[in-house]
Amino acid sequence: MIRFEEDLHPRRLKRLGVSVAVLALAFVLVGGVFAAYGVGPWEAYRTLLEGTLGDSQGLAEVLRRTIPLLLIGSGLTLAFRVRFFNIGAEGQLLLGAVASGAVALFLPTSVLSLPLMFLAGAVAGGLWALPAAWLRSRMDVNEILTTLMLNPVAGYLVIYLVGGPWRGEQVQGYTYTDAFPEAVRLPLWGQTLVHWPTLVLGAVLAVVLQVLLTRTPLGYALRVVGESPRAARYAGMPISRVVLLTGLLSGGAAGLAGAGEVAGIHYRLLEPTQISIGYGFTAIIVAWLARGHPALVLLTAPLMGLILAGGDLLKISLNMPFRIIDVFSGIMLLCLIAGESLSRYRVRWGT
Amino acid sequence: MTEEVLQALLRALSFGTPLLLATLGGIVNERAGVVNLGVEGMMAVGALAAFGLASASGAWPMAVGLAALLGALAALLHGFVTLTLRANTYVSGLALSMLGLGVSGLLGKPYEGAFLFESAPELPFTLAAGGLAVLLWGVLFFTRPGLVLRSVGENPAAADALGIPVLAVRYLAVAFGGALAGVAGAFLSLAYQPAWTDGMTGGLGWIAVALVIFSGWHPLRAVLGAVFFGLLYYLQFRLQSQSQVPTELFAAMPYLLVVGVLALAGVRRSRGAAPAALGRSYQRGER
Repeated sequence: MIRFEEDLHPRRLKRLGVSVAVLALAFVLVGGVFAAYGVGPWEAYRTLLEGTLGDSQGLAEVLRRTIPLLLIGSGLTLAFRVRFFNIGAEGQLLLGAVASGAVALFLPTSVLSLPLMFLAGAVAGGLWALPAAWLRSRMDVNEILTTLMLNPVAGYLVIYLVGGPWRGEQVQGYTYTDAFPEAVRLPLWGQTLVHWPTLVLGAVLAVVLQVLLTRTPLGYALRVVGESPRAARYAGMPISRVVLLTGLLSGGAAGLAGAGEVAGIHYRLLEPTQISIGYGFTAIIVAWLARGHPALVLLTAPLMGLILAGGDLLKISLNMPFRIIDVFSGIMLLCLIAGESLSRYRVRWGT
Repeated sequence: MTEEVLQALLRALSFGTPLLLATLGGIVNERAGVVNLGVEGMMAVGALAAFGLASASGAWPMAVGLAALLGALAALLHGFVTLTLRANTYVSGLALSMLGLGVSGLLGKPYEGAFLFESAPELPFTLAAGGLAVLLWGVLFFTRPGLVLRSVGENPAAADALGIPVLAVRYLAVAFGGALAGVAGAFLSLAYQPAWTDGMTGGLGWIAVALVIFSGWHPLRAVLGAVFFGLLYYLQFRLQSQSQVPTELFAAMPYLLVVGVLALAGVRRSRGAAPAALGRSYQRGER
């Protein structure tokens, strides 16, 4: 007889092993979807790997996709630790792009312009998460639904702006703003689209949030509220303030990513689907893989960056729809949460 | 004038039909205590499957059946992950939505932009959805199976003690919810706009998730909610050509309303109406 026993405190090695196993399973399942679509799984994975890891331009593409995932992912890791399931990073990113775009387009340029763009982006992204955090902390409204619902609202706001009041004077027939002044464009790494200042910012944020979470009294409060709200209440911790702060921080991180995308790559505000290819959703997996440790995002963000860049490649070289990324994301998420549960059990043989 | 109002109401009913179907499914699985955020994905799968079969065979009732079956299977996947493995319900539903949209967009590529020669009539769907609402109301509140279903959502431990197979009831309820989401998708691709385009579900699944809460988990109030949101969609089309207000505002309106509805539900503390064990996994001997 096989018996399952609960294992409430699985060892780290076991959790790691289960994670690797479920990720492998996810790749097998996605391979099955490739086959159903009519593309050989080997061919698809070979294209994906050769075009990303085996090519310097491909590596740069991976890095470019990693940047927003690093920022959003470390913020979400923190939020998930507090059990604030912020699914609205996509919208928060867009609001960050809007606010930094406003700074770039309508304020006179100076040395302060770029820092101001990122600051505005962070504030706007944080504020976009705030209603959901407030509703959750005051009225117990499910934040998954509210943050999610605010994504399309942010999208329509951007569409309205770039097609209406902010539409460029020099552009004809297109829906985007005028180009940002040269002074507010981020420097790039050689001939790539890697805006390295944002990359550095992302790496620093991941480490800072890790330190905040593990080495400060505030981080302690965050952890207690996440792990045991009841204990937090007994200890007199300001739970609703912790939730509000978590919303602000995770939304702010997504806002920074939005500022980076427009200041580093596009140099203008444009259609929402062009600003973000679903970074806010992919970052959920980045954060889930990081298991509550913002610093681990330094590893998990490049992994998902690889998959996003690989999706681009599959689209171009194998003529696949970009939806393949949703398939990857969905299957990986399902396997990850299933694996999380599985690692909480031990298999026992015998009676 | 009266003709225009009638016209608006008819279109609202048509818009509201997929919403009502998916909402009724959601009410059943949430009454059993299971939240499934995968409605959007299950609808997308149903829409593609129905379109594929109907364009190959022309038989739309069979196509609807296939959509229901695939919707139920997708929901069972969610059931396995959340009920048996007891993983996070909300993340699983989200993943199911991504997966459904992804797989349908991928496998539906050959059909992209294709039209159906013989579209299915809208009326049977609308009538069936309305009839189902009444039927579910009757079953949920006046029959023994309804009582069993509700008790599983309210107090699974007590239901278990009475000998009710909690897990089996929940699996059935989840499958039923998925089947209805699949049918809602089939309505879109067979009758409403007899064509297939990637992303044609357009967020309706998420609205349905919110409508479940809006309706207070009550089938008859779901009818009102679906007609209301149907009217909203109609107005969005009707007003966008002739008003000064930006069209994007109308497009964003349903989503803003959902947030408003959720906030209102929070204010009224209508959580009293929510099944007490909603979203919680159940394991014997655990309190």
